[in-house]
Amino acid sequence: MNREILVEAEGLKKTFDGLLAVDGINFKIFKGESFGFLGPNGAGKTTTMKMINGVSPPTAGNLTIAGMDVCGNGREIKSMIGVAPQEDNLDPDFTVFQNLTVYARYFNIPKEAAKKRAEQLLRFVQLEEKRDVIITYLSAGMKRRLIIARALLNEPQILILDEPTTGLDPQARHLIWNKIRSLQKEGVTVILTTHYMDEAAQLCDRIIIMDHGKIIEEGKPMDLVRKHAGEEVLELVYSEEVMKLLKQTFRNARMEVVGDKIHVFTSHPRGAFSKMLKAASFRGAVIRDANLEDVFLKLTGRRLRE
Amino acid sequence: MANIASLFRLPKLSYRVWRVWMRNRDVFMKTYKTGFLPPLLEPVLYLLALGLGLGGFVQLINGEPYIQFIAPALVAVSMMFSSFYECTFASFVRMYFQKTFDAIIATPVNIEEVITGELLWGATKSLINSSIVLGVIFAFGLAPSPFLLLIPPLSFLVGLLFSSIAMCFTAIVPNIDSFSYPNFLFITPMFLLSGTFFPLAAIPELLQVAAQLFLPLTNAVKLTRALALGRLEFAPLLNLAWLLIVTPFFFILSINLMRKRLIK
Ligand SMILES: Nc1ncnc2c1ncn2[C@@H]1O[C@H](COP(=O)(O)OP(=O)(O)OP(=O)(O)O)[C@@H](O)[C@H]1O
Ligand SMILES: [Mg+2]
Repeated sequence: MNREILVEAEGLKKTFDGLLAVDGINFKIFKGESFGFLGPNGAGKTTTMKMINGVSPPTAGNLTIAGMDVCGNGREIKSMIGVAPQEDNLDPDFTVFQNLTVYARYFNIPKEAAKKRAEQLLRFVQLEEKRDVIITYLSAGMKRRLIIARALLNEPQILILDEPTTGLDPQARHLIWNKIRSLQKEGVTVILTTHYMDEAAQLCDRIIIMDHGKIIEEGKPMDLVRKHAGEEVLELVYSEEVMKLLKQTFRNARMEVVGDKIHVFTSHPRGAFSKMLKAASFRGAVIRDANLEDVFLKLTGRRLRE
Repeated sequence: MANIASLFRLPKLSYRVWRVWMRNRDVFMKTYKTGFLPPLLEPVLYLLALGLGLGGFVQLINGEPYIQFIAPALVAVSMMFSSFYECTFASFVRMYFQKTFDAIIATPVNIEEVITGELLWGATKSLINSSIVLGVIFAFGLAPSPFLLLIPPLSFLVGLLFSSIAMCFTAIVPNIDSFSYPNFLFITPMFLLSGTFFPLAAIPELLQVAAQLFLPLTNAVKLTRALALGRLEFAPLLNLAWLLIVTPFFFILSINLMRKRLIK
């Protein structure tokens, strides 16, 4: 494989007045790939996005975008990237349509072309009806959609989406997923952060899991699930006897007590749990597919982050 | 040393500063009809209350009517107020609450161009508002000299200076309420003590010199008065030179201070 590397970080580091936000990370993102950054609050995802976008200079390490160093090539890099930031920074002084045309001006897009593009994008994110509405009167989901439309004004090669669906209802989230998929098909490289593991599993070819500014795991979502959580997970109601029995049946299984439940992870192939459940009955036993959330919680723990 | 030098680094600017200026112009054009009223009515109030009302009790040494003395000062004062407001409160809202600057710097426009666009817009507000006031005093017959045509370009320069000073405060205040300090300690004294409502000759000589050296408005008032009345024999060139030296200083300083605040 000789895929073109679009983003490459080596020993990338960022400190804020002594606080280590990103702690010497390495990663490569290939052209046309969808790449996810996962991690608990404060892990350093947004900080990394800002460094890639060239708005926040790295404290140390190397970061190149399409072969250009982020330091000193700000304009070239920013003109090939579109960003939907985590924080809403739409311009409340303007209508939906003007938000796009005024923003297009910063990219030097000529007036008529900007108008055409703005109409197209409003159709793309299904906001034509809100064309002349002031931003303040949009719902959260509409704002997220508009931010994504705005990120596409300059027809970016790289699209950075920092938590694109946080706070959205399932309809809006699916709409955004579909839009992201159609951009992926067009060959846009998507860099995404999210707290929704199903979203990461659905949209990302590869993911990185960060914690405390470091990368703690990386790979394809399904590979990581197999590696850390196996194929199936057994959940049952906790009791001393059940625990004892489980330990005899699954010798090297990982068991986790969550509230009044036990979660059992094994490397056994699919079907091992149902065989056991046929032999003996357990209260509230459920077998489900292992997922990325299991991986995430295993690697980053269940404690809340400040 | 390196720190101080970095505060006076020359900004990298391009035509893109006008894109930021245009953003503010577009917002202004949405509400300009109501925006014109305060600068139109305020000077009328001052002229009536102070010029005609108080002026009846005031005898100036050179025999000039009091209303004639304060009228050009009102033009200069509006340069100060409009640009200072624009680059303190208005810029702070755009920077801090609306995150407008964050949105713009994700595009090929850099932070130095964003701030310069803001400063040029502040200067433009000074030009617009003071020209309205100038129109009012002209209508009252209080700006008789054809040199008054030089006041609008002057107002842009004065506006740029006050915008730059304002932006220095915007770069360091923790929150929007903190602007009451520069307003109370800097703007209000200047409004009252810059040869606006009484001739500077009335105060001790040392204070006169201090007012000329440290209060930007003093220079703006002197120049405006000279142009409105065509009294260029008072050599306002020194005042102009003062503005031309001090403005670039604060212009560059404010851009660097803002860069330090926003680029982390
Ligand atoms: N401008 C800043 N100044 C100081 N500290 C900052 C700044 N931005 C981020 N940090 C700190 O850097 C760390 C990483 O923050 P970052 O925003 O990158 O986290 P994140 O992974 O995006 O979290 P979340 O999931 O909550 O969005 C946090 O400890 C945060 O407090
Ligand atoms: Mg974040």
